[in-house]
Amino acid sequence: MTKKKDLIFALVLLAAAVCLVAVLDRILPQTGIVMTVLKKGCIYSLVAVSMNLLNGFTGLFSLGQAGFMLIGGYTYAILTIPAADRASVYQYFDGGIVQFSIPFWAGLVCAGIVSAAFAWLIGLPVLRLKSDYLAIATLGFAEIVRAFFQWDTLGPLTNGSNMLRKYPSFTTLMFPFVVAAICIALIVLLINSSFGRAFKAIRDDEVAAEAMGINLAHHKRMSFCISSFFAGVGGALLAMYQTTIQAQAFKSNMTYEILLIVVIGGLGSVTGSVLATFLFYAASEWWLRFLDSPLMIGDWQVPLLRSGFRKVVFSVVIMLIVLFARQGIMGDHEISLSGLMKLFRRKRKEASANEQV
Amino acid sequence: MSKSDANVLRLEHITMQFGGVVAVNDFSMEVNQGEIVALIGPNGAGKTTAFNVITGVYEPTNGIVYFNGKPIVENYPRGKMKKLYQGDSALIYDKVLSQTPDKITKLGIARTFQNIRLFRKMTVFENVLIARHLRSRANFMSATLRLNAAEERANREKTLELLKLVGLDANKDDLATSLPYGKQRRLEIARALATEPTLLLLDEPAAGMNPQETLDLAGFIREIKDRFQLTIFVIEHHMDLVMEISDRIYVLDFGRMIASGTPIEIQTNQHVIDAYLGVQED
Repeated sequence: MTKKKDLIFALVLLAAAVCLVAVLDRILPQTGIVMTVLKKGCIYSLVAVSMNLLNGFTGLFSLGQAGFMLIGGYTYAILTIPAADRASVYQYFDGGIVQFSIPFWAGLVCAGIVSAAFAWLIGLPVLRLKSDYLAIATLGFAEIVRAFFQWDTLGPLTNGSNMLRKYPSFTTLMFPFVVAAICIALIVLLINSSFGRAFKAIRDDEVAAEAMGINLAHHKRMSFCISSFFAGVGGALLAMYQTTIQAQAFKSNMTYEILLIVVIGGLGSVTGSVLATFLFYAASEWWLRFLDSPLMIGDWQVPLLRSGFRKVVFSVVIMLIVLFARQGIMGDHEISLSGLMKLFRRKRKEASANEQV
Repeated sequence: MSKSDANVLRLEHITMQFGGVVAVNDFSMEVNQGEIVALIGPNGAGKTTAFNVITGVYEPTNGIVYFNGKPIVENYPRGKMKKLYQGDSALIYDKVLSQTPDKITKLGIARTFQNIRLFRKMTVFENVLIARHLRSRANFMSATLRLNAAEERANREKTLELLKLVGLDANKDDLATSLPYGKQRRLEIARALATEPTLLLLDEPAAGMNPQETLDLAGFIREIKDRFQLTIFVIEHHMDLVMEISDRIYVLDFGRMIASGTPIEIQTNQHVIDAYLGVQED
C-alpha cells in the first residue's frame, strides 16, 4: 500500500511542479538568473541521473559523459538546422553535406540513438576494464571525441572547429522540464524493473550476480548504452539552451562537474541527483556570485573577494563534502512519502521523548 | 562406474592448474539423479576449485564436465600450459568448450558460496527476486514500460513462497547483511533455488553454525531436495552433517581423490583417516 501512496505522492508533486513551471514561465524574465538556474538544473538533472544509472546503480565508474553529451548535441544540431540556413552556418564548407532537416523532436531522439550507438561501439573493448581503468578509458574517449569533432576533414559534417547555430531551440522553461521529467521517469522505471535489479546486483557483487544467471557483459553494455542515450538527449537539450554549440566547450571539466553533482546527491539516489543539480547550479550561478566581485564596505575593501574566488570556495565545500559527508545528501535513499513520514514520526517521537525528560 | 544417463553431473579427468600449482589433479566423479553427494577433504584440498570449474568460474586445464549427459565444459593443456602441465591424463581431449557462469546457471546448476556473497545493499526479498531475472522473458523496454506485469507478479509470489520455505518471510524487508549468519546462509540457498536448478551445489552450508543449527540444516537440505526434486552436491567440513545426509562421499587431498564410497566405507578408510589425522612417522 505504501508503494501506491508513494506513487500518488510523486505524481502530485510532479503536477504541482508543472503548474509552478507554467506560472514561472509567465512571471519571470526568460533570461533572468533564476530562469538560467532552473533551465540548467533541468538539463543537468537528466545528465546527472543518467550518470548515476551507470556509476551509482551499475557500479561502472565511467567518465565519458561529456563525450556523449557532445555527440548528442552535435547530432541534434546537424540534423535540425533548417536547409535554408545551412549555407550561412557551413560557410567554410560549401553548405555542408547534410542537406535535409528533421523536426526537433526527431532530432532529440536521434541525439540519444547516435550517442547510444557510439557507446555500444566503445563499450565492446572498454567494458572489459574495471573501476579506475574504465574511468581512464572513458575519459580518454571523451577527449578523443572532442578533438575528432573539431577535425577539419569532417568539416562538411561538423563544421570543423566553428560553431553550429540556427537550429531550433526553446525559450520557455516548460520544454526542458517536460523532456527531462519524461526521461528521468523512464530511467526510474528501468531502475525499479527486473533489469534495474540486475544492475544493482552487478554493482554489489559481480561474482554472485553471474552465478545467479545475470550475463555481465550484456547487462553492463545495456546500462552503458542507456546511460549514454540519455546523456545524448541531455547534450541536445544543452545545445538548444545555448542556441549555439561548439565542441571546444565539452571538456573533461564538464564531466567532473556532473560527477560532483552525483556524489553530492548520493550515488544510487535519483532524487538526490536531481536535488543536488539544482543546488549546485543555484550556488555556482547565483548564490555564490557575489564572491567574484570586489565589495567595499565604506572605505574598507572586503579581502579575498575577487574574480575566481568563487571557485576557491566551491572547491573547499567539495573537499568538506568528500571528507565528512561521503554519502552525499541522500546516500542511496530516495525522497518519498513513506520516507518523509518515517522521518516525521521519528522526529515527533524524539520530541515527545524530550518532553518527558 | 556406470556411465548411464542417470548421471546428472559427471567430471572426467578434471585438472586445474594455476601457474605451477596443481589445485585439482585428474579428478573424476559423478552425481546421480536424486542423490546427495558430499565432497570432503582437508583445507586447501581443492574442493571449492572443483565447484568453480563446474560452475564456469574457472576454465579447467584439462578434462571435461558433463551435465545431464551433455558436455558443458571441456579443455586440454594448450598454449603455455602445454609445457607447464603437471597433471595426469593429458592427451585425452582435444576440444575446447567454455561457458560463462550465467550460461551454466541457466542450464540448471545453482550454487551457494563458502564466504557468503549476498547483494549487500539490497533487501532479503530483492536478493531472491534477482535470481528470477534469468528466467524472465521481458527485454529492457517491455520491463521499463511494465508490459511484463504478470510475469513480475508471478516472480514476486514465487519469491515470497521461497522466503516462507526458508523461514525468512518475516525478514523480507531487512537489508540482507543485517541478518544473523545462519539466516544469511539460508537466504543464499533460497536465492539459489529461485534460479530453478536441477542440481544444487552447496559450498560449506554449515560453516559457522552450532550443532543445533547444523542438525536443522540437515533436515532442511533433505526437505528442499524432495520438494524441488533436486540433486545435491555439497562441500562440508562438519562430519556429522556429511555422514547424516550423504548417499556417497568423495574425498580430496592435495587435489587428488583419495577415496570414494558410502559414509560407512569412508569412515573406515585408512587413506581418509591418514589425510585428516596425519600419518604417524615411525
